[in-house]
Amino acid sequence: MSAPNKSYDPVEVEALKPEVVEQARDEAVAAFAAATTLDELKQAKVAHTGDRSALSLANREIGALPPHAKAAAGKLIGQARGAVNQALAKRQGELEAERDARVLVEEAVDVTLPYDRTPRGARHPLTTLAERIEDTFVAMGYQVAEGPEVEAEWLNFDALNLGPDHPARSMQDTFFVQAPDGSADSGVVLRTQTSPVQARTLLDREPPVYVVCPGRVYRTDELDATHTPVFRQVEGLAVDEGITFADLKGTIEVLVEKLIGGGLELRWRPSYFPFTEPSAEIDLQCFVCRGESVGNPDRPCRTCSSEGWIELGGCGVVNPRVLVACGVDPNRYSGFAFGLGLERILMNRHNVADMRDMVEGDVRFTLPFGMEI
Amino acid sequence: MRVPLSWLREYVDLPAGETGRDVAERLVRAGLEVETVEQLGADLKGPLVVGEVLSIEELSGFKKPIRHCFVNVGGANGTGEPQEIVCGATNFAVGDKVVVVLPGAVLPGPFPISARKTYGHTSAGMICSARELGMGDDHNGIIVLPPEYEPGTDAIELLQLVDEVLDIAVTPDRGYCLSMRGVAREAATAYGLPLADPALLDVPPANSFGYLVKVDDPAGCDRFVARTVVGVDPNAKSPIWLQRRLQKAGIRPISLAVDITNYVMLEVGQPLHAYDKQRVDGPITVRRAAEGETLTTLDGVERKLAAEDLLICDNSGPIGLAGVMGGASTEILDPAAGPGTTEVIIEAAHFDPVSVARTAKRHKLPSEASKRFERGVDPEAARAAAQRAVDLLVLIAGGTAEAGVTDIAAPHPVRTITIAADLPDRVAGTAYGRETVTRRLQEIGCSVAGADVLEVTPPTWRPDLTDPYDLAEEVIRLEGYDNVPARMPNVPPGKGLTEAQRIHRRIGVALAGAGYVEVNNYPFLGEAAFEALGLEPDDRRRRTVKLVNPLNDEEPSLRTTLLPGLLGALRRNIGRGNTDLAIYETGTVFLPKDELSVAPRPAVDHRPSDEELAALDAALPDQPRRVAVALAGERLPSGWWGKGDQASWADAVEAARTVARAAGVELTVRQGQRAPWHPGRCAELVVAGTDRVVGHAGELHPRVVKALGLPARTAAMEVDIDLLTADGPQKVNGPAVSGFPVATQDVALIVDAAVPAAEVEAALRSGAGELLEAIRLFDVFTGEQVGEGKKSLAYALRFRAADRTLTADEATAAREAAVAEAVSRTGAVLRGA
Repeated sequence: MSAPNKSYDPVEVEALKPEVVEQARDEAVAAFAAATTLDELKQAKVAHTGDRSALSLANREIGALPPHAKAAAGKLIGQARGAVNQALAKRQGELEAERDARVLVEEAVDVTLPYDRTPRGARHPLTTLAERIEDTFVAMGYQVAEGPEVEAEWLNFDALNLGPDHPARSMQDTFFVQAPDGSADSGVVLRTQTSPVQARTLLDREPPVYVVCPGRVYRTDELDATHTPVFRQVEGLAVDEGITFADLKGTIEVLVEKLIGGGLELRWRPSYFPFTEPSAEIDLQCFVCRGESVGNPDRPCRTCSSEGWIELGGCGVVNPRVLVACGVDPNRYSGFAFGLGLERILMNRHNVADMRDMVEGDVRFTLPFGMEI
Repeated sequence: MRVPLSWLREYVDLPAGETGRDVAERLVRAGLEVETVEQLGADLKGPLVVGEVLSIEELSGFKKPIRHCFVNVGGANGTGEPQEIVCGATNFAVGDKVVVVLPGAVLPGPFPISARKTYGHTSAGMICSARELGMGDDHNGIIVLPPEYEPGTDAIELLQLVDEVLDIAVTPDRGYCLSMRGVAREAATAYGLPLADPALLDVPPANSFGYLVKVDDPAGCDRFVARTVVGVDPNAKSPIWLQRRLQKAGIRPISLAVDITNYVMLEVGQPLHAYDKQRVDGPITVRRAAEGETLTTLDGVERKLAAEDLLICDNSGPIGLAGVMGGASTEILDPAAGPGTTEVIIEAAHFDPVSVARTAKRHKLPSEASKRFERGVDPEAARAAAQRAVDLLVLIAGGTAEAGVTDIAAPHPVRTITIAADLPDRVAGTAYGRETVTRRLQEIGCSVAGADVLEVTPPTWRPDLTDPYDLAEEVIRLEGYDNVPARMPNVPPGKGLTEAQRIHRRIGVALAGAGYVEVNNYPFLGEAAFEALGLEPDDRRRRTVKLVNPLNDEEPSLRTTLLPGLLGALRRNIGRGNTDLAIYETGTVFLPKDELSVAPRPAVDHRPSDEELAALDAALPDQPRRVAVALAGERLPSGWWGKGDQASWADAVEAARTVARAAGVELTVRQGQRAPWHPGRCAELVVAGTDRVVGHAGELHPRVVKALGLPARTAAMEVDIDLLTADGPQKVNGPAVSGFPVATQDVALIVDAAVPAAEVEAALRSGAGELLEAIRLFDVFTGEQVGEGKKSLAYALRFRAADRTLTADEATAAREAAVAEAVSRTGAVLRGA
């Protein structure tokens, strides 16, 4: 390379002649435009912007120019290289976009292929139904109370105002547990109702008591489409100062609205339970036919058997005798209690025609209910 | 209680247009459970008329007797000519009055009648049986009417074939509604109409010359009325109206005297008994049975009596089970079988409800009478009921009522209940006011005195009314439950679910999330289940709580493990073509205590003592909550993505870990041995850091799999949730997450095949010290290269420090320390070393 020389005229340097620089620039831009693949572009890039390219070589000559000529030459080369790089980047972008479009199309798959590789599970609808009812009451401030399924007769019957000779005691067909001597006089039964949990709760805690008691109960029925010897109840109990039948009605109305929906009429039928007085059966207006199937053979209703009403459960104001047996002062406290059969609610709420499906454990029955109902 | 609407109208003047359904709706709202309203004769259409048999020609040559008859039906057939009818029944003769259905009519079924050719003759109609007319299940041929009816008379009206019957399920507190009188009283109140009380009769006063009766047990029998009727025509039959009312009420007519006692029982609720007076030997005595005595009851069964049984006796011994069933020896005699009964003793007594209930239960003999006595009969109705029966016998059978009236009555204290006039208001949560309360109580038959505090004397037919709350209930029910306002109580703030309840839910959610489907099985099982599981004879799980009255004699026990039920559900599913299964169950098992005891029965008039309550609980079995899973078939299915995975012991163990994680507990797994698992593929599940075994998991023993008909390699797990969570909730401290880089080092160790991987890992962890962040077994290898009886375990160790970047030397030193510990604890050899 020539040494700096003030007398040197830059025009004399061939490579820095504007027309030569412009030609190199144009050749580079044309070569990039002509490249049809990223590989060709890469070769053109080496040829036109690499160390041995015309513009690079010309750039080196600038160093030898006299100071007054360097600026003009530098500007000339700089502009040319800028245009070349811009053309390169543009073409690079175009070719990459083309490649991407092609490859992603090639990689496409059938996303409708079934993928059931993860096994599906489900909780039993009776479990989740009980939880839904529990949650409704927990939200009101109730506690969930539980008790044993094998229960003392005293708690299942006597404490609930069902004495040894009470006719209602034979109304419920009870499984009796064998005594140590093999006789029936063990004083122990499979609970026929969740009500003993009420008694246990009252024996355990000072009022105010607001509890809801879910659980399995037992009666000696044979399994058929509408009966099962092992079934589930949810029982509620409120004992506080000044509790009345009106409080019971309000509470059940809230439950029905949360559980089944609003706008349905309830029918409160006087009934008899030894542990409540007054006692009532609650009927819910059939939410399928809304009573229109009654006496109308042309429009039979499967849900309510064309009776217009669906039995929800029993309830009432706690009999003061129960309070006394559990050590609660009936002159200060009063209460209400209710019991609901979950199987029946599930049948009605989800159109289950046969109770056997709930007990046989067929996964095809349970799976559609998923994790919540 | 079956209540024919036509009969009910006799006591209450119900509005003419009221249908059975209307009445039912009113009664339901008053607290009577009307189960159905039967429409008798709803699809019946005439002409159905009285006919007189004019001629009978017996046809021969057919498989059964066939009669070709001509019957006079008056003008009912439009011509007045005799009606030609072919009939298959033979229980009638020329001149008999029968019921004839003519062509164009429709019998219940519906069964349209038309003239047709049969057995070579025209049959223009039918001679009818009771069954064909929907009157009852009587199979005794066609109906022969009393002679007094004119041919052509409408028989639909005559036989009262069109009616509505309310079938009422009477609750135990409303014994009085087991009578027309009681139901009518409720209907009268519901409609605000007066009641014509059938028990309001003129009854002659008791005198000393009635049939001799001695009551030895006035506690068991506080009332005994006896009346006698003589000169009864033994051939007199129950008139149609009486038979029809009995039939509609669901009672089969038998003989006049018996029909009358049943009729009066239905009418006033007082069970009666009729004795053939000439068969009763001397005075009647009411007493308890002596040990060893026997009595043959009306149903022909000889019964061994117990000392508690209350009896009606004569000189010969027992002649009736008081309030339950009469004896055969003094039964009314059927005139068809010899001389019939001409003299009758009518018994109308009142027996102790508990005594009757126990006797009926002891002899498994629930009768119409015992049903009523158990629930309470009006002791003051006895005289009227006896009178009514006497009147009917005299009227229908032409007898003479004897003047003697026996009436033995134990003194009855007048029951008075004191009730605050505002108690119904306070119970209901609404304001009725004293006047309403008083009026409602009077409507049910109470006499009421007082102002703010009422002195109420309940009527004798309401023994269920014993305390002020009983009275409050009556007021509230008659005022209508629907009219009580709805209000929400002021519930104090609650605490939400308990930790245990939250854990139970989480376990279910976790297992369902892991692909398990919940099932609920009955807890009943028997020896066969334990045999199938291969339990040793002394296995604790064979010690069960047993039922006195199991549903199935083969399954008298309550479960001590969830597995039999769960495996049964597995097999049921497989039988229905579901082959790839993962199911779970949570629930209690029932484990008898070491010391068995009987639960006491404390008094109920105060809170039991703490000792009594403890004794109650001591008599109950332990009832811990368990969770179990069972798996068969593919755990991860095969598909277009490749091969799946068969369910295995490892899935069962993982299910246990899933449960433990949901409960916030860490499990350690040890090699275990326990039926029904495969001895080499059974994991014992232990709470980490303790020696508490909480369950087992693994593959089932091949013999068990075979015995239960399950697929090979079926796996299962069972964990005791109560044991698992016995330490209470464990608080997690948030870890300090290091931002320094990780150093990963692999190590492969060769150990004896019998050395558990868990021990090797524990040794590595302990040796590596606190720089170890994580350890993962990524390969298990057996083969020639590692030698016979050996296995190679390859681990990836991740090291990281909290405060600096580890140097390669530090990581290596930690790894070497880990290996050294594994070598010393398990005899491991570093592979490649």
